[in-house]
Amino acid sequence: MIGLGHYLAVAATLFVLGVLGIFLNRRNVILMLMAIELILLSVNINLVAFSAFLGDLTGQVMAMFVLTVAAAEAAIGLAILVVFFRRRGSIAVDDVNRMRG
Amino acid sequence: MIALIAFYLFATLTIASAVAVIFARNPVHSVLWLILAFFNAAGLMLLVGAEFIAMLLVIVYVGAVAVLFLFVVMMLDVDFASLRSGFTKNLPFGLLVALVLLAEIIIAVSARNVGPGTGVIPTVTQPNVVALGEMLYSRYLFPFEIAGLILLVAMIGAIVLTHRSRGDVRGQNVSKQIGRRPRDAVKNMQPGVGEGMIL
Repeated sequence: MIGLGHYLAVAATLFVLGVLGIFLNRRNVILMLMAIELILLSVNINLVAFSAFLGDLTGQVMAMFVLTVAAAEAAIGLAILVVFFRRRGSIAVDDVNRMRG
Repeated sequence: MIALIAFYLFATLTIASAVAVIFARNPVHSVLWLILAFFNAAGLMLLVGAEFIAMLLVIVYVGAVAVLFLFVVMMLDVDFASLRSGFTKNLPFGLLVALVLLAEIIIAVSARNVGPGTGVIPTVTQPNVVALGEMLYSRYLFPFEIAGLILLVAMIGAIVLTHRSRGDVRGQNVSKQIGRRPRDAVKNMQPGVGEGMIL
């Protein structure tokens, strides 16, 4: 029988994979943004699993808000990326500290 | 039994495609694996009866966010091979941090018993969408409107950031159009017979 623990295990693995992705792809901003999406997805799985197993819909409402913020964050992040690429011709994050001012 | 098989199928595919997102050499493949991960996560949510969130995941993540990623990856002409230079250097330390984090999460979850109702899903009286809608439009109305505002700010921000005015494009000058009067534009002439029109 599938319990809450199974869902928590899947979400924890997904979260750790997202963190690992940020660590490994230190220079590639697009992959870092994708790893952040994975982390937010794992949070959503946690919220939905708790909401279902405890019989309280608040978790699903919160999952919707997390989804909203994730979409907004992806849009803004990719817009910043496009502007950065236009100015510098590369998306290596090592150069970002030159953006000041 | 079917639910058990479905859970393990969805969970394995979600985690496998998340691994592939991180380790894929081609970023376009990464985005495609990300889409597979989102689909399988939606399947996981369907299994616990969160139908609306599952559909929202497919529509918002796959339909909007992943396509946005795909668009940007394909639009920018980036040399992705050079961006992977630190990959193997970071691999041991990254794996170490990931394993420590995973162990910590497992210890934290198993140390604290999660509370009542952890075994089976309680039976619901209302359809998921109906119950969610009633909650969203009564108790969570204000946060819901704030969420809409966040989306508006993100939209305007993305447009303002990426918009550039190009000098070589002839645009429409609205105030000049509105300021134009009939007496500047139309002239009444009455030429005599046999004479031409002189402008």
